[in-house]
Order: sequence, then structure tokens, then C-alpha cells
Amino acid sequence: MSPSLATDNGLSEVPPASPAGPPGCSRLRARPHRRARAGGTGPLGTGVVTIWLSLIVLLPLAAVTAKSFDDGAGRFWDVVTQRQAVNALIFTLVVSLLAAAINAVMGTLVAWVLVRDDFRGKSAVNALIDLPFALPTIVAGLTLIALYGKNSPVGIDVTYTRTAVLLALMFVTLPFVVRSVQPVLLELDREMEEASTSLGASPGQTFRRIVLPNLRPAILSGAALSFARAVGEFGSIVLISGNVPFKTEVSAVYIFKLQESSDNPISASAVSVVLLGVSLLVLIGIRVFERRGDQRA
Amino acid sequence: MITVENVDKHYGDFHALKGIDLEIASGSLTALLGPSGSGKSTLLRVIAGLEVPTSGRVVLDGRDVTNLAPQQRGIGFVFQHYAAFKHMTVRDNVAFGLKIRKKPKAEIKEKTDELLRVVGLDGYQQRYPSQLSGGQRQRMALARALAIEPAVLLLDEPFGALDAQVRAELRTWLRRLHDEVHVTTVLVTHDQEEALDVADTIAVMDAGEIAQSGKPRDLYDAPSSDFVMSFLGPVSRLGEGLVRPHDLEVLLEARDGAREAQVVRVVHLGFEVRVELLLADGNGTSADGVGASEPVVAQITRAEAAALELSAGDIVWVREQLGTRGADGPKAAAA
Amino acid sequence: MLEQSRPARLTLRVVALGYLALLLGIPVGVVLYRTFEHGIAPVWDAITTPAAISAFTLTLEVAAIAVPLNTVLGILTALVLVRGRFRGKAVLEAIVDLPFAISPIVVGLALVLVYGRIGWFGPWLADHGIQIIFSLPGIVIATVFVSLPFVAREVAPVLREIGDEQEQAAATLGASSWQTFTRITLPAIRWGVAYGIVLTVARCIGEFGAVSIVSGKISGETETLTLLVEKRFNNFDLAGAYAASALLAIIALATLLAMTRLNPRKDHQS
Repeated sequence: MSPSLATDNGLSEVPPASPAGPPGCSRLRARPHRRARAGGTGPLGTGVVTIWLSLIVLLPLAAVTAKSFDDGAGRFWDVVTQRQAVNALIFTLVVSLLAAAINAVMGTLVAWVLVRDDFRGKSAVNALIDLPFALPTIVAGLTLIALYGKNSPVGIDVTYTRTAVLLALMFVTLPFVVRSVQPVLLELDREMEEASTSLGASPGQTFRRIVLPNLRPAILSGAALSFARAVGEFGSIVLISGNVPFKTEVSAVYIFKLQESSDNPISASAVSVVLLGVSLLVLIGIRVFERRGDQRA
Repeated sequence: MITVENVDKHYGDFHALKGIDLEIASGSLTALLGPSGSGKSTLLRVIAGLEVPTSGRVVLDGRDVTNLAPQQRGIGFVFQHYAAFKHMTVRDNVAFGLKIRKKPKAEIKEKTDELLRVVGLDGYQQRYPSQLSGGQRQRMALARALAIEPAVLLLDEPFGALDAQVRAELRTWLRRLHDEVHVTTVLVTHDQEEALDVADTIAVMDAGEIAQSGKPRDLYDAPSSDFVMSFLGPVSRLGEGLVRPHDLEVLLEARDGAREAQVVRVVHLGFEVRVELLLADGNGTSADGVGASEPVVAQITRAEAAALELSAGDIVWVREQLGTRGADGPKAAAA
Repeated sequence: MLEQSRPARLTLRVVALGYLALLLGIPVGVVLYRTFEHGIAPVWDAITTPAAISAFTLTLEVAAIAVPLNTVLGILTALVLVRGRFRGKAVLEAIVDLPFAISPIVVGLALVLVYGRIGWFGPWLADHGIQIIFSLPGIVIATVFVSLPFVAREVAPVLREIGDEQEQAAATLGASSWQTFTRITLPAIRWGVAYGIVLTVARCIGEFGAVSIVSGKISGETETLTLLVEKRFNNFDLAGAYAASALLAIIALATLLAMTRLNPRKDHQS
């Protein structure tokens, strides 16, 4: 996922920033000359894009869904309710939620320090935030092992524990909240805080009652993106977690094992569909939430 | 009573306030008037505690508040861009200061509703700021500032972001509100008309210093410098002195102290008529060459204009009317 | 200016920087140290083995196909989503975001189920002697899938911001659609495009999960750099794994540098 998804919706907090806005909004505004003409893509462009997206994205997803029901809904249900599958799914959801929650707090704090504080090397730190986006996930896993693995120079070994999975997820989802909160904080009207102060609010009260409510949409959407990413994460976990069933095995790894070990991918497909459902729910949730926010702003 | 004593404010190399001394009487409505960068907003923010002065003291009603945080000063502050709490309804905005002070719910509601009635926003309680017009938002911000019954109300260019008509309306409304509430009020503005219209005292600021302060009429009639004079209303340069357009007399023949000029343009502005003139001897250009291309402007009544039957190209004589009290009047007449 | 108190500010700074150090800075530092602790020579040897060179070449090949494809179609997608007006636009927009949220493992599996031996097109492809899964095309398709949204997502907000007035002006001056696009629109969105490309490159080179399913991991043939890292780690060749990682990390750092340079938001402020 890109930082832009996050920053993009961060900007929509500022009313004049998006003249066109999301599709739901543009319909409300009378824009007589809004047609695909100048710079034109026209029906041809729309057609090409639709076919492209269908071919690359929808077709494979349809194939997984179809395969998962090959032997009927009963079999599907049996597969996804197997103890190991349920265990992996619950662990995946819980650990993803935890990682998203930790990064919601820490990411907001980091964004705050990057925007409101000033110190030497701030721009370097700011650039470092994007590292988890740029670093291949397998390298991310290896990197964590270097410090928190068997030969840890500080004597902390978390490999093959649930903490390791949490750590890996925290690493790969770190940028989301930071990058969604940062622009909102930059654009936040400082006069609001001054007004609050002049009305007698302490710094803590001003943060809780004025700053936090204005950051909340950005924090939540950043955390939701983190969660969505964490649920499907594979590369950074696979080395450090040991993939111990009933302990450190997440759904993505479980699917991978099913796929590798059997020639009949119905089980793998069924669990994939569940995971797909979770991702879709989160995406839809973010969109609904953004719509609602836009309508009030 | 607000007393500002010898206040200095530096921003790095920039000297924003230079030894400001100012007394603002209880219950007055004082305007800090000046061009942008003159330090008027900085002074207001120093009084509010939003800026800490480099040196000097601020005393509110006998209490030295120089080192007190804004929230402990008991002030109401209104910002140019409203600083509305976007995520709160109008009611919650106004109630904010009272909630911080943990007032009983019933009291908060009563007080909030009353204030919204006073500022003419009754019935808007449940709206969000984004659903209000600029003028309404600013009235909400005023109600919010007044809710905590501040000892001092500070307004930083409160009407600067509004269009001309709303601005004039709100200005009159603020004057009336002040007559009702009687809270000591300081208003920052760069608009001389606004200052003259609203304030009972004006302090004109220039480059971090107070150029002159006093009653609007005294400042207008007896400005202490060219700067104050030109900032308080339109002026023309006639010889070495500045003169107000309505203090100029247009004559059809040469008289004592009058200069020859050619009419460039005659503009009818309703009751008054503006006559733009080019002086025969080089347009009243002073030694420093300032205003070399500016025509001299005279403002006369419609009746006078009709009697003179002026039109572009006419040759007339112009002089300062006798008995005016412009600062450089005598000098101009002598020249 | 109203400021937080000094102790409060310092505390927040220490906590924030401490978190970043423990999670990002120190681990990366340790990896770099471990990689180069015996000098450059062993690292060089480890990344110049035939398998490593082949993996590196394959990774670049895949990126060389996937990036242009996703760039051109990403720009087109952004144009359609921002300028177009048709039913179902919201659905299309949601589909563009899908690859962000889908587990790479699911992507890999899905592609096997379309193009694999037992997949929908498997028999037909086999009859015509075309192999997609366990060969280059499969890796490319998987990479295209996971890196599909970046360019479109970066370009769309820029397109929105510049509006279509300039394009209309060009049209009234007699420019054709194509001329308007190349002379007006493209120059205006170029930084957004560049930023999108950088993100796409990073994702293409770093993709692991989807590729590990569709590639078959045939050493010297379908093994990308990330797969090589995993194999070496699992074979207890830690130094080799670190060396290959270092190569990937250098690419990541270059990406990071490009990202900071190109960040379109900074561009707007000037």
C-alpha cells in the first residue's frame, strides 16, 4: 500500500483541497463542463481500463472464489472451520489489530514530533519513515532477526514467538499512520489551539478536545490501512515466526503451506476467500468512513 | 484597564515591537491601527499571552500577567480566520470555555443559548461551523470568547476575511454589542474607516512603535505626523504639505496662496464630487519626488461643482481652505 | 508562538525517536554491520555467484516489463477515474485499490488457479505449449498485480488538483486530444508519475509472497533476488542472505532517496 492512499484522504480534511472530491460528492456539485473530452480518454479509455483491471485483478480473484466452492458450500465451511485454520485466522486478526493499535498511538506521536518539534537530522528521520515501504518484506524480516534473533547482539531472542510476528507487523505498517496524520497536522489551524488556550484549556485539554478529534479520521484511516496490510502480510513474518501451527502461524502462511503441500487447492482457496473477505470489509469500511467525513466537512 | 509597559519583542533579527507603552481604559473600545508589519497583531498577542515579550510588562487590572499563560489571563480572543472548532457544533464551540471550567450543565446551556441569541445565531445550535457563512462563524467566535466573561476582549482583524458589506454590518453590530456588554475591547485593524467607525480610542502603529494614540477626532484633526495623517484618510500633496481633499478649495480665478492647475477628471460620487487636478508648476511635486505622477485630488460638494461648471481641461486655482486644522496646513499655505 | 513546555517536548521527542530507532534504525544498522563485518570481498563473492547474478538479472527483467506496463495503464486509469464520468466509476476505483489490501499469498494462489496446470486456462495453455506459472510470465503477472495501484493512486490527486481548465484552453486553441495530453496534462502530472514509478519499482523488486508461489523457485531460472535471500537463509547461509539483502537494501535506499526528492506534496508548496 502506498503512503498516498493515506495522505490523499488526509488532504480531504481540508475543504478546498479537492475540487472534484470523491465521486459521491462531485455529483452533488453542478459542473456543467465536466466531461471526458479535453485530455480525453473517452469510452475507449474507459474500456481499456475496465478490461485491464478485470483481467489482472478480478479474473484471478474470481478463480479463487470459484475454486473454493468446487466441492460445495459444506466442504468450504468444513475447511475454514478446521481448528488450525480458525486458530491461524484469530491469531492473524488479533496480532494485526494489536500492531495497528500500537502504530496508531506511536505513529501519531512520531507525526507530532516530526511536525511540531525541531531538531538536527529531522529530515533524515522523516525519510527513514518510508523505509518499510521501500524495503522488500523478506529483507525486513531478516533485518529484525539480525537484532532480535538467535545471534542478537543485545541478547533478546524473539524468534518463533508471537512477539516476533507482532514486531514484524509493526515494522511493515509503521509508515501508514505517520504518513496519514502528518499532512493533517501540518494543515491543522493553529489558531484553533490558540483559541482553546485563550478560553482556559490546559495543553492536555487542548490536545484531547481540539487536536485529537481533528486528527481522528486520519489516525483511523491510517490504522485501518495498517490493519489491512498486516492481515495479508507474509514476507516479513515467514522467517522470524517459525510458522508454528497453533502458535505463530498466520493465515497467509497457513494458505501457503496448504498450497505447497497438496495438489488440491480447495482448502487453500477457501481460507483465501475468508482472508479476502476481511480485506474487502476493511476497504469498504475506510471508504464509507471517508464519505461520512467528507459530508460533514 | 490594560497597561503595556516598555514592551519589546524580537523575532531573531526582526524588531517587531520597540518599547511600547500603552494604557487602555476599562470599558473602552480601542483600535490598534496600522499597516501590515507594523506590529499591531504582535502587540495584541502579547496582551493575550500568545506571544511572550522579549522584555517589558503587561498588567491587566493591576495584575502583572507578563509571565502568565493565556489560559490564566481571563481574556477572550477572536481570530481573523475564526479559529472555529470544526469538529464541534455551534453550541459546543460556544460552550467550550465553560466546559473547561466545569460549570454545571444547566448553566452552560442557559448561558450558551443566551449568547447565541445576543449574537443572532439562535436556532443554529446544532450546526457545524462548515454550515455557517463567514459572518456567522465570526459571530459564533465572538460568542465563544464572551462566554467565559473575559475581563478583556481581544479581536485580531476580526472582519478582515469578510466581504465589504458584511464587514460594515458586523462593525456596527460590534459597536452596539460593546455598548451592551461593556467589556474592555481591543481591536486590531488595518482599515482606518473601521477604526474611526468603531473605536473610541485609536492607537496608530508604525514599524513597531505607537505613532500616536487618542480619540479618533483628535487624531484626524491633529495628526502628529504625515504618516498618521495619510493613514487616517486620503491625502494629497500640495507643495511640501499634505492636505485632505475636502480641505481644498477650487477657484476660478487666482487668489492669495492659490496655485494654478488644470482639471484632469471630474468624478461624481453622489453627494460629493472629486476633482483631479494637475498643478501647472509640476503637480505639487516635493523635493523628494514622492507622488510625482499623482494628481492633486479635491473633494467638493455637488452644489459647489455645479456653480463652478468644471469639466476636464479647464484651468482653475486651488488652495487650502482657510480655517482648516491640518498638521501641515500652515506650511502648505505659506509655500 | 505558543509552545509546549520544554520537558514535555523532549520527552515526546525521545519516545518517538526511541521507537523509530528500536524498530527501524538499529536493526538496519546491525544488518549492515553484519553484512560488511568481514569486508567487501565476501559480500562481492556472494552476490556474484551464478545463482545471484541470474536472480538479479531476472528481478531486473521483471521490473523492466512490469513497471512500464503499470505506468502507462496507471496514467490511463487515473485519467479515466478523474476525468471520466460514467456509471460504476466508484466500483472501478475500489478495484484499483484492491491489490493494496490483498495478501500476496492469495494473489499467487489465484494466479495458479487461472494459469496453472489445474487452472481455468491451464489445459488450453498446455495444448498450445505456453507456460505461464513456474516461468517468467507468471512472475511478471504476479508483480503487475501487486504493484498495479501505485501510479494511478499518485497521479489521480494531482490530476484533480490541476483541474481541466488548462486542457479546455488547449482544446479551444485547436489542440487534439493527444496533443493536449502530451503538451499540457503530462507535463503537469510528471512529478506524480515519477513518484508513482519509484513506488512501483520498489514494490516490483521487493515482491516476495506472490512470486514465491508462482515462480516454482527454480534456481538459475525463476529465482528472484528476494527468493534467493529466503533460500540462503533457510540453507543457513546467513552471510549469503545478508549479502543479497544488502543488494536489495541499496536499491531500497536509492528508492527512498528518490521518494524524498520527488515527493509531489513538496512540489506543490513552492
